[in-house]
Amino acid sequence: MATRITPEDVLHVANLARLALTEREVEEFTVQLGAILDHAADVEALDTEGVPPTAHPLPLVNVLRADVPRPGVDRDEILAAAPEAEQDRFRVPRILAEDEG
Amino acid sequence: MTATESRVEYEPVIGLEVHVELATATKLFCSCANEFGAEPNTNVCPVCLGLPGSLPVLNERAVEFALRVGEAFHFTVPASSIFHRKNYFYPDMPKNFQTSQFDQPICADGTLLVDGTPIGIERAHLEEDTGKSMHMGGSGRIHGADHSLVDYNRAGVPLMEIVSRPEIRSAEQARAYVSELRAVLEAIGVSDVKMEEGSMRVDANVSIRPVGREQFGTRAEIKNMNSLRSLGRAVAYEIERQRELLESGERVVQETRHWDENDGRTHSMRSKEEAFDYRFFPEPDLVPVAPTDALRAKVHAGMPELPAARRARLVEEWGINDHDAAVLVGDAGLAEYAEAAVVAGAPGKDVVNWVTGEVLGFLNETGLAVGALPLAPDGLAELVGLVAGGTISRSQAKDVLRECLQEPKRPKAVVAERGLAQVSDAGALGATIDEILAANAATVDEYRAGDDKVKKKKRGFLMGEAMKALRGQGNPQLLNQLLDEKLDA
Repeated sequence: MATRITPEDVLHVANLARLALTEREVEEFTVQLGAILDHAADVEALDTEGVPPTAHPLPLVNVLRADVPRPGVDRDEILAAAPEAEQDRFRVPRILAEDEG
Repeated sequence: MTATESRVEYEPVIGLEVHVELATATKLFCSCANEFGAEPNTNVCPVCLGLPGSLPVLNERAVEFALRVGEAFHFTVPASSIFHRKNYFYPDMPKNFQTSQFDQPICADGTLLVDGTPIGIERAHLEEDTGKSMHMGGSGRIHGADHSLVDYNRAGVPLMEIVSRPEIRSAEQARAYVSELRAVLEAIGVSDVKMEEGSMRVDANVSIRPVGREQFGTRAEIKNMNSLRSLGRAVAYEIERQRELLESGERVVQETRHWDENDGRTHSMRSKEEAFDYRFFPEPDLVPVAPTDALRAKVHAGMPELPAARRARLVEEWGINDHDAAVLVGDAGLAEYAEAAVVAGAPGKDVVNWVTGEVLGFLNETGLAVGALPLAPDGLAELVGLVAGGTISRSQAKDVLRECLQEPKRPKAVVAERGLAQVSDAGALGATIDEILAANAATVDEYRAGDDKVKKKKRGFLMGEAMKALRGQGNPQLLNQLLDEKLDA
């Protein structure tokens, strides 16, 4: 079976998703993600000439909502659920690392 | 480069990305109010906060607005368009992705005529805005901040991103493009297009290339221009910066640069040039948008007159010049105001003189919007009528207008209150002149016996006396005419 994905690919994707993986997990997911791509390759082998790409499995379009405001959630309640809040806002850690400044 | 080598002429290549917030009542995918300046985090809900299990539902008004944009810029609106997730981690987007459009935007391949030159517009798509961050500690900018505070009221507000083709060739043209784009967006009522408040934001991709070369140079993306003036200055500065780099044998680096209004320069953002990997994929929680024929027909039928057509019409109907027409149509509501005054009975040319002069001056001075003026358009028509009918002089009218712009008073009321009305009654004026001539019989004799020089002097004196007797309120034209008649009788 051709190697469709390398451990480096898995680490890159994990980094994009902000996931910290152990070495064992990297190995495990390399195999699993490879199997998923194998399956995609099976589908890809079919002749899909003239078949429009499927963006959504439901045969639905135009699920729309009237432009009428409704109250949202209580601020105190939602801020209480945040790790940190300050001045009625969500407090988040430093955004840029020091070396980016 | 040696002195004998000729200097290379460079040509700027500019593309503009304009984001406009749509003036809907609610956000793009939830029913939270779309409202500028609300208390922080008061217009938020599970959808725009990205809480697990919440589902977005598209705002039908935003679709209608997108179709209006489609009509106004001659876009193709495809049978179906879909949303994508643009994935990135940044605290202003609590979902860790922005719902946007990617390869199937709702508007494709449009154009805008800018001072007679068509500028191509590659696409316009719907997407959601991000929250607003305040950076704490350090200088208040993101660099060197200790932590940040986020308000998600703006997260999920509908935006249209309108991307021009790189067909703009100068800083002036960039400015004219945005100015016309803004006027059109305002005319079709989809946005309040305030650059200062951030409801319209412009990023510029700027590069230069030797004239005659097909291939583009390396571009820099300029951000943080919050007025048309800054846009013009920033692009002009950037063109010059790149020219100097190339002329001294250096290279332009592809990067994002921040315009600083205070020092008048662009600065490298200096952040690591990460190759962004947004992993766009179709948003599984939203179904495609397929504007129906009925909706398309409704939008088409409801399109207002666009600024270019309106300018042409006003020039034609009122006999005003192109410049005045551009000033009128380019400013929020000014053309509506003038047209309403004309409907109320005043000639277009007179109305335009007042509107582009005193009224616009007052608006610029006070920062008020036309809609907030205490003087209704028919009040301006009343003022024009008072001047045309000879009740007050033009310079008196200026003072009257000033007062009517400052407080809710009608011109006729101010004229009465100040006792300004000119005396234009020939009988009353004639009687006054008779009194003056009788009281200054010697002067009249000198006038009649004198040469031209003496006549002029004596006549001036008698005119002054008559005007004094009328406390300055005699209609000067009529008074002059009557005085001549009586002196030369």
